[in-house]
Amino acid sequence: MAKNGARASGGNGAQGASIDAGINDDIGEDMRLTMYRLQVEIRESEQRAFDLFLQNLVKGTSHLSLGQEAVAAGFAAAMKPGDLSFCTYRGHAHTLARGVPIEKVLGELMQRDNGLMRGKGGSMHLTSAEHGVMGSYAIIGAHLPIACGAALRAQYKGDSDVAVCFFGDGTTNIGAFHEALNFAAVWKLPVVFVCENNLYMEYTPISEVTAVEHPAADRAAAYGLERIIVDGNDADAVYRAARTAYDKARAGGGPSLIECMTYRHSGHSRADPAKYRPEGELDKWKERDPIKIYRERLRQFGIGDDVIAQIDVDVKRRVDEATEKCKAAPPPSLDLLTTDVYADGGFAWRN
Amino acid sequence: MAELTYRDAVARGIAQEMTRDPDVIFLGEDVGKAGGVFKATVGLYEQFGPRRVRDCPISEQAILGAAMGAAMTGLKPIAEIMFSDFFAVCFDYIANEFPKSRYMSNGQLKCPLVVRTGNGAGSRFGAQHSQSVENWAMMIPGLKVVAPSTPRDVIGLMAAAVRDPDPVIFFEHKSLYPVKGEVPDGEIVDQLGTAKIVRPGKDATILALALMVPRALAAAEKLKAEHGIDCEVVDVRSLVPLDTQTILGSVGRTHRLFTVEENPRLCGWGAEIVSIVADEAFYDLDGPPVRITTPHIPLPAADILEDIALPNVDRIVDRVHRSMSS
Repeated sequence: MAKNGARASGGNGAQGASIDAGINDDIGEDMRLTMYRLQVEIRESEQRAFDLFLQNLVKGTSHLSLGQEAVAAGFAAAMKPGDLSFCTYRGHAHTLARGVPIEKVLGELMQRDNGLMRGKGGSMHLTSAEHGVMGSYAIIGAHLPIACGAALRAQYKGDSDVAVCFFGDGTTNIGAFHEALNFAAVWKLPVVFVCENNLYMEYTPISEVTAVEHPAADRAAAYGLERIIVDGNDADAVYRAARTAYDKARAGGGPSLIECMTYRHSGHSRADPAKYRPEGELDKWKERDPIKIYRERLRQFGIGDDVIAQIDVDVKRRVDEATEKCKAAPPPSLDLLTTDVYADGGFAWRN
Repeated sequence: MAELTYRDAVARGIAQEMTRDPDVIFLGEDVGKAGGVFKATVGLYEQFGPRRVRDCPISEQAILGAAMGAAMTGLKPIAEIMFSDFFAVCFDYIANEFPKSRYMSNGQLKCPLVVRTGNGAGSRFGAQHSQSVENWAMMIPGLKVVAPSTPRDVIGLMAAAVRDPDPVIFFEHKSLYPVKGEVPDGEIVDQLGTAKIVRPGKDATILALALMVPRALAAAEKLKAEHGIDCEVVDVRSLVPLDTQTILGSVGRTHRLFTVEENPRLCGWGAEIVSIVADEAFYDLDGPPVRITTPHIPLPAADILEDIALPNVDRIVDRVHRSMSS
């Protein structure tokens, strides 16, 4: 807790409250500290994943969310237990944000037996059903219809959970995006589509290959949805947009499509040095680093530097501990090769 | 006992499962109010209502994706893809999503759903609405694949598919929809992974699937009458799981193997079975296994061309007779 001891009331619904509202605004101190911790945890874990890759301890590929932490933190923090996350291959951040232990994520990236899926899925398929992380999908667009199905179940059963589907700007140009948006709108499904517009589809600027300026928001009207663009580097703005969309979904108001403007500090994947970006662009965005912004926000709300520093230290220690556990963990046992192909646990295709 | 068309059996099979389990929902294009383009789902919308029988837009990816999302969170969806040829526009779900989610998640995710689809030729629809694509599904680890040939099997295997915890691809043959068969009253529940000996015989084993089963049966009668060759006809029914015991057992008795496949020749289901028999029953064989298939061509629209493309009774008789005489 902050030294000043004040507790947040939270959730009074004052949309867009200014900092003049003080620590008892609609977000409140507890939630802000949660979102700060989540962002730092994602930042440190992703940075560690990159370092481990350089040491050849993270194999295969990996797609980092460095610079995009506020989107994951804001949307996850506004969720309730039971809400379901559907992620892409750039899904480490969203997985961590739901409370999945760092060790489980790094262990999977390092293909160890302590990994989230014991090395069977890898970096691009992080899944933790117990935390509501219903998979990370590596085929662009595939999970938007899947999220619709989870939302259809919620609607059918009268459950109150919301399906939240994260994807990049590049996804807005594939057919499944449009099929899913129409599907969700026609049936008023409780699903929230979150486009993380980091300006590059992979190596190509999204603006060069898209008919509209805002690849998600400018398509919303085609499905009768509101045009929503959010500062994706400001966790407060993200959180408020998330809360509004979740409330709408739970109230039977149907889907939302939210475009979050953000920027990835690293390349598309581990193989990409991101040389295609214009000189100075990264530096400009780093001035709007979500963690830097949020640290300043906490200070504005009267949270002491010692509290912030303590969170930073705690997170670094937890990432270090997780790293050591992963380094010490064995590789997966060989019998895993053929398990869980079918529901009987095995892979038998004949008698 | 009642006489039912294969088409009506589809609706009865789905209705049986929807009545039993309120978590079974059914979605597809024109499946509800219109009763399906093949009229195989007439009455379901009226019986179960729009919440459970859902008319979808022409969005095959959304249909299969939504079925998967509903399945992994607790429902038991039956999704229709109108023509199996359309698998090509939603193949990501069939090849990458349904069958891999359980494995990749190390058993955390499940995908209990059924995709039923109109498969096969005979309607003169041309190359993009006539294919037999069971092998597209058969080759993917994680899927189960069935293709019934009779109204009774439609109901029983539908029940088995809906109750199965894995994703099942259910191939209905379009040319069998009007065919009638005896169906017992009451609930029918069959078993996946079981072939059926539909005509016992001692001289040769003929394996067939779906529309090729009645043709193989007619050929067997002709072979007996005209050439004195007594063929055992096995309806394979289930490609995954594959009932190799029944197949190897039959070959062990007859010592000859023929497959009758509607698919184009390369990588048809019969190739896999011939390979299994060669591996495990080579010394039981008195002659080379013979595959009777559609040539390796796209299907033509014209009736006289389509008719000579698919294995027909005369071709089966001729191939079996020639092979048995040499």
